[in-house]
Amino acid sequence: MPEPFEPLEARSDTPSDIATGTATLEGGPRGRPWLRRPLPGLRWRAAGRPAPGGGPAPGSRGLWTDAWHDLRRNPVFVVSALVILFLVTIAVWPQLIADGNPYQGNLAKAQDGPAPGHPFGFDLQGRDVYTRTVYGARASITVGICATAGAALLGSVLGGLAGFFGGWWDSLLSRIADVFFGIPILLGGLVFLSVVTSGSVWPVVGFIVLLGWPQISRIARGSVVTVKQQDYVLAARTLGASNGRMLLRHIAPNAVAPVIVVATIALGTYIALEATLSFLGVGLKPPTVSWGIDISSASTQIRNAPHMLLWPAAALSITVLAFIMLGDAVRDALDPKLR
Amino acid sequence: MARLLDVRDLRVAFRTRDGVAEAVGGVSYAVDAGRTLAVLGESGSGKSVTAQAIMGILDTPPAMVTGGKVFFQGRDLLTLSGEERRRIRGAKMSMIFQDALSALNPVIPVGAQLAEMYQVHRGMSRKDARARAVELMDRVRIPAAAARAGDYPHQFSGGMRQRIMIAMAIALEPELIIADEPTTALDVTVQAQVMDLLAELRREYAMGLILITHDLGVVADVADTIAVMYAGRIVETAPVRELYRRPAHPYTRGLLDSIPRVDQRGGELYAIKGLPPSPLALPTGCPFNPRCPRARDVCRTDRPPLYEVTDAGVMDAGAQGRASACHFWKEELHGLDPIDPLGTAGTVGPLGG
Amino acid sequence: MGRYVLRRLAQMIPVFLGATFLIFFMVYALGDPVAALFGDKAPDPATAARIRKDLYLDEPLWSQYVHYMGQVFGGQFGTAFNGQPVTELMAEAFPVTLRLTIVAVVFEMALGITLGVLSGLRRGRGLDTSVLLLTLVVVSIPTFVSGTVLQYVFGVRWGWARPSVAPEAPFTELLLPGVVLGLVSLAYTTRLTRTSLVENARADYVRTAVAKGLPRRRIVVRHLLRTSLIPVVTFIGTDIGALMGGAIVTERIFNIHGVGYQLYQGILRQNSPTVVGFVTILVIVFLLANLLVDLLYAVLDPRIRYA
Repeated sequence: MPEPFEPLEARSDTPSDIATGTATLEGGPRGRPWLRRPLPGLRWRAAGRPAPGGGPAPGSRGLWTDAWHDLRRNPVFVVSALVILFLVTIAVWPQLIADGNPYQGNLAKAQDGPAPGHPFGFDLQGRDVYTRTVYGARASITVGICATAGAALLGSVLGGLAGFFGGWWDSLLSRIADVFFGIPILLGGLVFLSVVTSGSVWPVVGFIVLLGWPQISRIARGSVVTVKQQDYVLAARTLGASNGRMLLRHIAPNAVAPVIVVATIALGTYIALEATLSFLGVGLKPPTVSWGIDISSASTQIRNAPHMLLWPAAALSITVLAFIMLGDAVRDALDPKLR
Repeated sequence: MARLLDVRDLRVAFRTRDGVAEAVGGVSYAVDAGRTLAVLGESGSGKSVTAQAIMGILDTPPAMVTGGKVFFQGRDLLTLSGEERRRIRGAKMSMIFQDALSALNPVIPVGAQLAEMYQVHRGMSRKDARARAVELMDRVRIPAAAARAGDYPHQFSGGMRQRIMIAMAIALEPELIIADEPTTALDVTVQAQVMDLLAELRREYAMGLILITHDLGVVADVADTIAVMYAGRIVETAPVRELYRRPAHPYTRGLLDSIPRVDQRGGELYAIKGLPPSPLALPTGCPFNPRCPRARDVCRTDRPPLYEVTDAGVMDAGAQGRASACHFWKEELHGLDPIDPLGTAGTVGPLGG
Repeated sequence: MGRYVLRRLAQMIPVFLGATFLIFFMVYALGDPVAALFGDKAPDPATAARIRKDLYLDEPLWSQYVHYMGQVFGGQFGTAFNGQPVTELMAEAFPVTLRLTIVAVVFEMALGITLGVLSGLRRGRGLDTSVLLLTLVVVSIPTFVSGTVLQYVFGVRWGWARPSVAPEAPFTELLLPGVVLGLVSLAYTTRLTRTSLVENARADYVRTAVAKGLPRRRIVVRHLLRTSLIPVVTFIGTDIGALMGGAIVTERIFNIHGVGYQLYQGILRQNSPTVVGFVTILVIVFLLANLLVDLLYAVLDPRIRYA
């Protein structure tokens, strides 16, 4: 059990407790404070004074170093990061692994199975399924990354400020977020995007940012409120730190971990959402190459040519899986409590 | 007097990311029926882990008992089956935890949590068990016990919650109670009340008590013997008066000297220098040597065994079983400066490193 | 408690108005309902103007919204694209979607909690690892993919279920679609149950229960599950509202004539009364589900007291 008068240095090296708003006191080895921090001195003599001598115990590192140390050794992280690196690469340069043309088909070969040089076969219009699957990564990755970046930026700034300043701005923002939460996301997407005629990625990105930011802002707000109440932040405030300095130096670095975790996992679900909207015919539209569109047209032909569905579906699922796994690994690293 | 509990060379290790840490490294202590043993030590000294190992409630993994014996009423608990140990827990030996708010189930009324003891161990009907639970709450002086049995832990004050913990521990009139810092989480004003209640009940039911604490002030009034722990080991055991009067270990002396005293106002408070070692990196020799004012070369190389402390001239007959894990316990006991043939004591230099 | 419910209901009003106005804005301001009425034909300007006046379309948007809401609270939801009143369409569609949602929720509850508890109690072992991995995979496969594939495998290849559901949509035919609808939530329920269980297993009161000498079964069932399932139950509660609104994909794949199907038709044909009407009801369902969950929370966790 922690002594009430821990030396200050013993506190500062456990921001993971702070970031998640919960102390990791009981349970696993990482949770046992006495194994991770400089051991607190005797209660009646440690009062406030930083204890002299006795450097940090082995294994006490900062949150980020600690997390990175964990991540590098986590196979889930390594595999998903490599998959994502690959996906991003082919999203930028699809020609690297596919030299065909995703738009031109040969109707004579429509729905044909695999052939030499065409390992995944042909689609309804006789286009090469392999080439289209490779080119489909671009739309998914673009939507995923841009929508997440937008939602995370908007959400964490709005939520963070609301959490920090509180008051009427906080209440107003919470109500506005409630309004967006009140709209089921798929429904909102159908309604909003059905009136947009452009089939490019940008309306989809805009819509996801519009409905995605409240989730991030809630997390950011909660996280900032928790950090704000920590003793070291109160200490900084008593020492006369300005609001800007408090936010940037003390609060943001310690509050950002949950936002990163939620945003990484959200990235995967945004990609799935884009594909679903495209499947329903309101998201991306041809000539944009998208897995959702290809799956939609393949689903009507599933009895005759299952290969048309299989490859884009597998590519989509693997992409979503990679991002969700990445988020999962990052969460484990940043929040050891959940092991 | 009958030996109730006899712990011999108990060892507990924790598997951590940075290696295996020996949290308890060969602890031996004994409690006689109806007597009180106080286990004193800082957090991390292994006193709670030892108690949890005795109770059989360690989190395994990461913790594991790696050696030793725990005789309770003559039987070695470590050789019993899980089911046999379960029957002993709560019925024959029970435990009081430090923080009653988190130690009580937040979503079950306290009456039901008490009644559970009778239902499980005595096979009582729910109704009878509830009646007994109310009696029990009455016994630990909770006002309007019958009306409050349906309340949840968070609806009680800290002192009242700790009384409920005590009630739970004495419910089946066990032979042994282990109280792990029972008053640390309480307000100072309430601490004495709760401690008195515990002592009174212990006398009434003639139970053995292990009182785990870091507060020397609590110990003096209630304990018969004291075991001082440091870095997972016993460094000194002694009858309570003897220990206060003439400690036989420098660590114990340091603890006693660092208690603020009314008659010494104005002077600077003594403090043991440095920090306790990490269980992952214990110093060689005596674990206390880096902080010890008496440390000498032998202390840095040879781990002191638990020496039997005998001193017929001073000791009265009841003070058997004194022991100290200090090479220089005699000097400490008699308040002498260590004999230092090489003249290296107190110097920091190549020889001292 | 009563006052709390009233306050919550009062708080719901702005959220309800905001959400419906947003939808209303998207449908009426961004689209052109009159043009949609005429399909591909160019509307006769006089008729179009008359319709605009009848539907208050010549007035500012907020005034249109007020008129619309006034009608909604009078039970007038307008006419659907096929000439039926929207209310009639709702009466047919909502029971179907409700049945589908019930199948999905029962499925995710029964299987999700069981799997979550089993893997939480065997943390770090083979079963736990495979459950964790499997749920990740399930979460990653979008419903429209799993729906299409399962429909093909069970409905077409093996003939175990009807690939297309009859308009009456009896429970028996909704089993496969219900599983599809609940699949992603199942994975969430499993993981949430596991996480919650693992977290609570380290709690002090569980250690107390062990120290009391209770049998393991009683510790798990009475002390551990009671607290661990609180977040799970509340998740499932909120999920009911989300599932009803999210059934569009499943209903489209299995041709189920429920809420999502009608909404989809309404959107395709740009029939504003259908879209706004259905969404309005769904938003109400969603908000009420959330309120009920909060109240349920207070019942399950005595530490929460609403005043």
